Amino acid sequence: MVGIVGYGAKIPRHRIKVEEIAKVWGADAESYKRGLQLTEKSVPAPDVDCVTLSVEATKYALRRAGVTGDQIDALYIGSESHPYAVKPSGTICAEAIGATPHCHNADYEFACKAGSEAMFVCLGLVKSEFCNYAVGIGADTSQGAPGDALEYSAAAGAASFVMGRENILAECLYTHSWMTDTPDFWRREHQHYPQHGGRFTGEPAYFRTIMGCANALLEKSGMKPADFKYAVFHQPNGKFPMRVGKMLGFEREQLETGWLVPTLGNTYSGASPIGLTAILDVAQPGDKIFMVSYGSGAGSDGFVFKVTDRIKEVQDLAPKTRPQLDENKIYVDYGTYAKYRKKILKND
Amino acid sequence: MFPARIWREFPQRYRLEAVKNKDTGEVYFPPRYVSKDGKKFNGEKYILPDEGKIFTYTVIDVPPSQFKDEAPYVVCIVELTDGTKVTCQITDYQKEWLAIGKKVRLEFRRVQTDAHHGVISYGYKAVPAE
Repeated sequence: MVGIVGYGAKIPRHRIKVEEIAKVWGADAESYKRGLQLTEKSVPAPDVDCVTLSVEATKYALRRAGVTGDQIDALYIGSESHPYAVKPSGTICAEAIGATPHCHNADYEFACKAGSEAMFVCLGLVKSEFCNYAVGIGADTSQGAPGDALEYSAAAGAASFVMGRENILAECLYTHSWMTDTPDFWRREHQHYPQHGGRFTGEPAYFRTIMGCANALLEKSGMKPADFKYAVFHQPNGKFPMRVGKMLGFEREQLETGWLVPTLGNTYSGASPIGLTAILDVAQPGDKIFMVSYGSGAGSDGFVFKVTDRIKEVQDLAPKTRPQLDENKIYVDYGTYAKYRKKILKND
Repeated sequence: MFPARIWREFPQRYRLEAVKNKDTGEVYFPPRYVSKDGKKFNGEKYILPDEGKIFTYTVIDVPPSQFKDEAPYVVCIVELTDGTKVTCQITDYQKEWLAIGKKVRLEFRRVQTDAHHGVISYGYKAVPAE
């Protein structure tokens, strides 16, 4: 039996509202809010990056796992906002949690599914008994070009999962990956902001890929949507995950717990993993969870988890996800946001 | 910034590693193996707690060059739950919250960066815990 032994999420305190961004670019805030189905997004402070979010999320995950950093045999961060172009993020995180030096480490990239890639590989490593404990992290301080539709949603957050074979809180019953070469969203080297194919990111990319992965996973598991208490999908905006969930036959009640995007924004590699942490925060023993990530380029990783009795012992051991999202927020104006996100050209 | 300088300090800056005198129980942070009166002692690694309260603070309005974009910012002394005092910045706070005695937690944050091309220094900062 393999699965999640500990989990944790970290969401920055700062937020910016859709109205504040729309005001600057002369856009209609109501139509963006309606179109994207989100009202605000998280903003990383200047001292927050993908590594700092990963470290805090992993500290929470270790607390719930009841293991120490030196028991971690592998640690992987999936992100598209690694702070260095050359130098791993994972070594910093591993050093901070005390996992060095006897630890395997790499950084993953696959647009928004880099986090679920890390989770997928960790599950494989513990299942093959190459590792006793492996940490998979999805973290991003994602970029959106000024004035672009992405600027209304590109947000920050991280989720971390300790995978293992003992003391499991959610057993991984099945996985499936589905990918094709689909250039719907990209960022070339030395470019500050990504570009996307507009409507091409929808049907031929997000929906085709998630449907392909989800249907194969349902077939592989022999399960149907009604067998699951919860489902979580990649959430680039509020509309897409609800729509793909309904296309697959899931009900709104199954989707709402992990649907954080309306007030969090799109945390890219963190998106469906953070949604999973919000589900684990309230899950009961025996609940089944269906998760499918999505990364442009394009691919999906799908997981079927079954929650164990241990979940009730660990839920309160670290800060939960919804309170981080709903409480103690600090709203910033566009000027502060532009400074924080280094959108202002300066003389050094 | 020379990488070796920040690298030497990773244990204390990343993991709050201090040294405890096994005989007297005195804690030294940053870690050292010579006591206040200049004598060697029998020390062991000791991890500081990450919670405490603001013992005192000051607002920096005229910062050194690497912190110029952050001014005004607050540097404080945190009295941790075991009584150890550490100096660090406070982050993620709102002006009206700031006061001596407020509960804080130490989080892992960027501390400074060497322009756009240099090494990034990470460490601990205090954030509101109430």
